[in-house]
Amino acid sequence: MEINYIIKAVLYLILAPLIGGLLSGTDRLFAARMQGRQGPPIIQPFYDVNKLLHKQTTVVNSIQVLFVTGYLIMTVFTGCLFFAGGDMLLVFFALSMSEVLMVMAAFSTNGPYSIMGAQRELLQMMCYEPMTLLVAIGFYYAQGSFMVNDLVKASSPAIIQIPGFFIGFVFILIIKLRKSPFDLSTSHHMHQEMVKGLTTDLSGSNLALVEIAEWYDTVLMMGIVGMFFITQSPISRIWAIIACIVVFFLETLIDNVFPRVKYITMLKVTWAVILVFAGTNLLILNVLK
Amino acid sequence: MTIPIIDVVNFLILFPFIMAVIIGLLKQTSRLRSAVIMIGGFTIMAAAIYVAVTVITSGDTSQFMYLENTHLPDKFVIAGEVFLMCLVCFLSIKYKKYYAILFSLAGTIPVLWMDLTGRVVEGNTHIRIDTFAAVMYLIVGIVGILICIYASGYMKDYHHHHKDVQDRSNYFLALMFVFLGAMFGLISSDSLGWIYFFWEITSVCSFLMIGYTRTQEAVDNSFRALWMNLLGGCGFAAGLMICNMGFGISNLSQVTDMGMKEAALIVPATLFAFAALTKSAQFPFSRWLLGAMVAPTPSSALLHSATMVKIGVYMLIRLSPLMKGTLTGVMITVIGGFTFFAASLLAITVSDGKKVLAYSTISNLGLITACAGTGTQEGVWAAVMLVLFHAVSKSLLFQTVGDIENCMHSRDIEDMHGLIIKLPRLAFIMIIGICGMFMAPFGMLVSKWAALKSFVDSGSVWLVLFLVFGSGSTLFYWAKWLGKICTVIHQSFELEDITPRSELVSIFPLTSLIIIMCFAFPWMSGHMIQPILDEAYHANIPDVIGGSDVIIMMIMVAMVFMIPIGSRFLSIGKNSKMTMSYVAGVNAGDDRHYIDSFGKERALYMSNWYMEDYFGEKKLLWPCIWVAAVLVAVMLIIVVGGAI
Repeated sequence: MEINYIIKAVLYLILAPLIGGLLSGTDRLFAARMQGRQGPPIIQPFYDVNKLLHKQTTVVNSIQVLFVTGYLIMTVFTGCLFFAGGDMLLVFFALSMSEVLMVMAAFSTNGPYSIMGAQRELLQMMCYEPMTLLVAIGFYYAQGSFMVNDLVKASSPAIIQIPGFFIGFVFILIIKLRKSPFDLSTSHHMHQEMVKGLTTDLSGSNLALVEIAEWYDTVLMMGIVGMFFITQSPISRIWAIIACIVVFFLETLIDNVFPRVKYITMLKVTWAVILVFAGTNLLILNVLK
Repeated sequence: MTIPIIDVVNFLILFPFIMAVIIGLLKQTSRLRSAVIMIGGFTIMAAAIYVAVTVITSGDTSQFMYLENTHLPDKFVIAGEVFLMCLVCFLSIKYKKYYAILFSLAGTIPVLWMDLTGRVVEGNTHIRIDTFAAVMYLIVGIVGILICIYASGYMKDYHHHHKDVQDRSNYFLALMFVFLGAMFGLISSDSLGWIYFFWEITSVCSFLMIGYTRTQEAVDNSFRALWMNLLGGCGFAAGLMICNMGFGISNLSQVTDMGMKEAALIVPATLFAFAALTKSAQFPFSRWLLGAMVAPTPSSALLHSATMVKIGVYMLIRLSPLMKGTLTGVMITVIGGFTFFAASLLAITVSDGKKVLAYSTISNLGLITACAGTGTQEGVWAAVMLVLFHAVSKSLLFQTVGDIENCMHSRDIEDMHGLIIKLPRLAFIMIIGICGMFMAPFGMLVSKWAALKSFVDSGSVWLVLFLVFGSGSTLFYWAKWLGKICTVIHQSFELEDITPRSELVSIFPLTSLIIIMCFAFPWMSGHMIQPILDEAYHANIPDVIGGSDVIIMMIMVAMVFMIPIGSRFLSIGKNSKMTMSYVAGVNAGDDRHYIDSFGKERALYMSNWYMEDYFGEKKLLWPCIWVAAVLVAVMLIIVVGGAI
């Protein structure tokens, strides 16, 4: 049994950056095609990161490197914990810790754009934190366990019982995957009011580490989306993969359709969505129980 | 040779009062006084640890019941109550705040009448030392004493900076020891009459400490604290009288034991819970705790971490089995959950370091209250854990803020910009303290996790929602503070760290305690909290946080400490080229100025977000108080009024 968990964690460790990079490339390709452009090849993100790794790294201070490394390690750890079948709540707690490390990296630079990005990132965390915790609770209500290991052995897919949680989670994924209208803390385009926000003062290999950490993160998020569909029957895995593809496409679509909103709009809208969908769902589950 | 526990407990209750008298006599700040505090303090700490360890390792909690005939101490208690009442009356007249007299008389006179006319039930044990009391001994004995030692050094610096305040530091330090004595008395007592007496001592003591500087603001705030706590005291007195005269019960343990069978006992329990709400500064009674920060920092540290507010939650946890599944329980959890959420939003909007800490205390106490109110075993587990972790982290944070204020003459979070360069040692301690309050592998989060599980299991949907949204805002206000500290500013220099050694004697142990408790929590759960649950519920419960999770938590803790150590020895980033941060102009070199397109040098400053327009005190505080006041009123009217 033990060895089984370790194999899963190692598989995630090796495969996640590949899948994450490809997803990122697909995202760019999708976006380009939606805008009527040819777009980069699908493995462009790998080229980019490779180039970053070979560039000279300039740093603003030495603590920055520490935080960025910590961010990558914690993100990878979180993902391993999830795919090895750990406790959902612990996964989300570890996740928010890794995010805090990234925010600290930006704070430590004292650059105005970095700090602005950091503040906005914190606000984004405040927006999605309730939902991530609720997802874990939702699974607990639906299947009676916080352990991912037990959840994948469910007899019926969780989505039947917790559709509201699914909607809420897909909604906060917009923030988590840094998609417009909620990409407040950083942007993919330099020439905007916050420059690159959170990552303005990162360069070279440090920036590459952040990119890689985000790939790991994307795979983890898709894994959680899949969790809503997985049951003990093997066919459910196909449904889960289809669901991930659909959700990922949807996020890209949203990214291209909506312009960025003000932070307070984001706070109000996300909390309202969480309360209405996940909150109502929770209430109904509790009554039925 | 073994010393009987009862003797040590008597020593613990009485010796702090003797210490107070000695310190009161030593008017001048001197080496002698510091030495007296140090030696006396450590003696008390050793005694408290001795009692706690004996009780916890004995495994049998039924043997620690004492004192059946207590004529002499009872007379003392009566005399003490009269003295407190006279003191309050005198000060109220002196400062023309006559309403306080009303609350004091209303709380004391009926109880006196009952005592003197012999309507009190006699012949019960008066002292009970069980595991929960032992855990509280550890908190008061270790954290409380460390704060007193810290205070001996702090008060000197305080009067050095505040020449306008009359130096009455002997009086202040003496009060702190009185406070500790009352705390020991309260947690050892089983007799409701005695608990009430110690309860009133802490109310009056906190009032005197808050008013220490005698400025108008201090006087106003101290009277606010007084009337709110005396109001709670009236509730307690009413509960005490109903127990004695209505049910023939004079002990807290009987209330909790019989409450399971007799439903009518919920009436006094509700009144005690009401009193507990005022003590632990839940909405609508939060304003006294916010006002308490006008006093010198050690008093805040004492009120917020080891004493005062912990009494409230101590009572609630004691009453917890009674409240399970009752309307009182539901209302207490709702008030607690609401307070947790509302106070965490309010904490976002303030920039005064002590005020953020105050709101965070209120918020965390709300969580403890909510846990206790569910009445489930997991709820009590989480509540006790929260009490422990909160006491250590919060006292450390208050002490650090006090030291930073002494070094930089400001405790505003905005002024802590770049603290890691200015005062590296204090900044590092503060980072550990803040992480202890909200970050993943540290203690508070473990308890929050258990709280979440207990809310889910008890089916309290509203609480789950309060908790998850409150966690979001809690994360926001702590992380932005952490960010301010971690900012590295170029061409900024280390300030002189004038923290005296006596303060470090307190700060270092607390810092290590936070770290040790991260590793020790499975042990604490098994040896300290499990027995409490056995006592309260007479049943065993499975581990709240399971085995594999504990291992993963340990790995996380280890990783957190490995990251900085690893980076020191590996050459990550050491070879990188240094540059200045990007400011969309030319960085003038110190990160605080840039050269604009006209070639002028301009100042640059990034403030934290406070979002006052949305969650500001002006907008949110009073509505929250009213909502909570309605909740409290509904609880009292339905439960107490319904019984009449």
